[in-house]
Amino acid sequence: MMLSDFPLWPEQASTVAPGVDALMTFMCIVCGGVSVLTFFVIFVLAIKYRRTPENQLAQDYEPPKALEAAWIIIPFLIFMFMFVWGSWLYFRIQRVPENAIDIYATGKQWMWKFQHASGQREINTLHVPVGRPIRITMASEDVIHSLFFPVFRVKADVLPNRYKTMWFQATKTGRFHIFCAEYCGTLHSGMIGWVEVMEPVDYQKWLAGGAEGSLASQGEKLFQKYACNTCHTNDATGRGPVLLGLYGTTVTLANNATVTADENYIRESILNPQAKIVKGFAPVMPTFQGQVSEDDLLKLVSYVHSLGTQKTAVVPVETPSSKNTSAGSPLKPGAGIPPQQDKGATP
Amino acid sequence: MSSLTLHDVRFVEPETTRNYITHDYGALSWLFTKDHKRIAILYLISITALFILGGFFAVVMRIELLTPEGDLLTSDTYNKFFTLHGIVMIFFFLIPSIPAVLGNFLLPLMLGAKDLAFPKINLLSWYLYIIAAVMGLYIIITGGVDTGWTFYTPFSTQYSNTHVFGVTFAAFIVGFSSILTGLNFLVTIHRMRAPGLTWFRLPLFVWAMYATSIVQLLATPVLAITLVMLMFERVVHVGIFDPALGGDPLLFQHMFWFYSHPAVYIMILPAMGVASEVVAAFTRKKIFGYTFVAYSSLAIAFLGFLVWAHHMFVAGISVYSAMIFSFLSYFVAVPSAIKVFNWTATLYRASVALMTPMLYILGFIGLFTIGGVTGLFLAAIGLDVHVTDTYFVVAHFHYVMVGGAVMAYMAGLHYWWPKITGRMYPEWWARLAALLVFAGFNLTFFPQFVLGYLGMPRRYHAYAPEFQVLNVMSTAGASVLAVGYALPLCYLLWSLWYGRPAGPNPWGAVGLEWATSSPPPMENFHETPVVTWDAYDYPAMMKAMGETQNV
Repeated sequence: MMLSDFPLWPEQASTVAPGVDALMTFMCIVCGGVSVLTFFVIFVLAIKYRRTPENQLAQDYEPPKALEAAWIIIPFLIFMFMFVWGSWLYFRIQRVPENAIDIYATGKQWMWKFQHASGQREINTLHVPVGRPIRITMASEDVIHSLFFPVFRVKADVLPNRYKTMWFQATKTGRFHIFCAEYCGTLHSGMIGWVEVMEPVDYQKWLAGGAEGSLASQGEKLFQKYACNTCHTNDATGRGPVLLGLYGTTVTLANNATVTADENYIRESILNPQAKIVKGFAPVMPTFQGQVSEDDLLKLVSYVHSLGTQKTAVVPVETPSSKNTSAGSPLKPGAGIPPQQDKGATP
Repeated sequence: MSSLTLHDVRFVEPETTRNYITHDYGALSWLFTKDHKRIAILYLISITALFILGGFFAVVMRIELLTPEGDLLTSDTYNKFFTLHGIVMIFFFLIPSIPAVLGNFLLPLMLGAKDLAFPKINLLSWYLYIIAAVMGLYIIITGGVDTGWTFYTPFSTQYSNTHVFGVTFAAFIVGFSSILTGLNFLVTIHRMRAPGLTWFRLPLFVWAMYATSIVQLLATPVLAITLVMLMFERVVHVGIFDPALGGDPLLFQHMFWFYSHPAVYIMILPAMGVASEVVAAFTRKKIFGYTFVAYSSLAIAFLGFLVWAHHMFVAGISVYSAMIFSFLSYFVAVPSAIKVFNWTATLYRASVALMTPMLYILGFIGLFTIGGVTGLFLAAIGLDVHVTDTYFVVAHFHYVMVGGAVMAYMAGLHYWWPKITGRMYPEWWARLAALLVFAGFNLTFFPQFVLGYLGMPRRYHAYAPEFQVLNVMSTAGASVLAVGYALPLCYLLWSLWYGRPAGPNPWGAVGLEWATSSPPPMENFHETPVVTWDAYDYPAMMKAMGETQNV
């Protein structure tokens, strides 16, 4: 058979792909089955009761009303089953595993830029290790894009005003398509690339080559370049809040609202500092809107992120937590791989 | 004072030599007419012209997509073509198609009225349509627009260098045409029904038009507001949607889809109405579960307002709102399923005549079912993450809009052609065209489901080589489809001069529109009919008739 030349679905190369294909198969069988059955009934009735010289008049007959109740209630129950399955799958696709490796992506007309925590940067190609969950934090420099990996069965829109995350865990090494799935202008169909899924050892080697220091350490340089450190000191004497140990904590604002210090909060506080003033501080910070590029923003955010973990682990030793090692140890370039924790996640 | 009985109304041929076409002569008598039938003809001519234009864009795109490389058009031209194809087909063809042509012509006839409630507003709505269409054509000639018909921000407000302002302004104006038509229909249905024509004696087409009108009246203003905000941001740089100005791009999507999802029901509800009329006439039966079918139109109109964010499952809405919109999207599928099953059940023990309108409607039921069930795939949020923004979505909405709305429009056009023109179309050619459309349509769009699942994104000018086989199939289907649409254009025109005179009721159908001459006189009925029977009362009619005439 030449069936392999005409595949009905793309390769399954992520942990969620078999689940998505299973739901697709179920939908095809149920919906296809009901549709074909309906067409068959229509066909048979249209032939059997076709108008002939003897059959000029329809018979005065109404099917029982119970029939109608049946085809309201039964489809509804089937729909609810689809809803539950689809939602369950969606939660699986959305919930990022704890030990995910962080990679940062920027979309711009018309290319994808990826930055690894170790500082490696690449355009329209993304190197990832097989068998490890990867979390991509992404933003757009201009219009809305959408990062789409058909073989992983995931996509997410990339917005210009906030960070969004998506994750996947590849189960197969190889070279697969990356597409932009949200129309973004002239070369939308050229905003494509390749994801290179590698053995972890190879990925480690690849990471070691030619980085200019980790993202966090590059962010630290920018932190000094933009003179952030004059106000955000490491003790409580500065005019701005202490950033050490900030990441992931709950911050109380001047209006007594609270907010979790995540990537989006840090990003907003750099670009629009007046939006959320920390309780007890004066609104004196100038905006950096238009002065910091998306790439540099990611480095700054990555640096603040790394500061957050330093309070709990002041000495950057290698801990089992991936976040600590990937973002928090600027002295160890190439520390992007967390030690394997999840026994079930081997390729 | 005698009122007409069921028997009288059906067989009285008014003694008249003048009908609405021969009542007056000259271009001005058409351009300044207030007669709903003449305005319907004006709409028919204008939307046909724009259908041809929209079809032209589609054909060129399909030829471009024969090869993976972008070799026929430049990227910018391709982007303009899919944008204009969408704008022309949705705003200038699908939305006005059944309501403004068939609805305009038939609503007063079906209600036993002389005209719509506001004849001058009816004419105004056509002029608004024409003004918008002329603006659209001017923009196409002077460079077009490349935002996609969805006008997503911030691309449309800050990054596109094309005529975004002009096109959104044209869409804004044509929206008012739609609002006025909806308003006119609502008032007409409420106030101008013939004596005895109670709500549950109304033909299901009238119920469908009623539900459609509600959506037109309530949803279209939101589009108008959204487009005004977009124009403001683009021209005056007021920050509403653009994050650089302090706005939020997702706000645009929420507002846009709050109109544009209900707009799908503006297109499909009238199609369902036509289907009910045609199924009843060509089975000679009352539609099974008449009340359920009538209420399901209202249910669709209502629930249609609550599902807009299912276009945004990967756009950045929260997990829980995604779940809610998924749930509601399954809910709106129930009344559509009811209709499909009820039409099917109507065939049981019927007298089914497989003439052209019925062929189109059986095709409609099949294609709409496929379009509907693939909507269930998209509502399953975990699956939607993979298939949204791919060709799967393109195939899905073409099955609903072309396989659904356009098939039903063609069915309605053939079914009421004898009433509108007084002439029969050539049956053999019409059946051939119906089969070509059905076959060509499936060959064009079914492969796109597979393409989408394989991962080919929408709106791609060039694509990966492994997608070529399915794209070639799709283009081959499109050429069959084009022939299928070109045929009616020829034979319907031919029939105006050479078609067999139809007589008042060539199908032996019930309904007040068949109780007057073809074409109807200017005032529709010489005497106001009094209705004493339910819709689709075929048994009574058959008794009165003894035997059929033409069929």
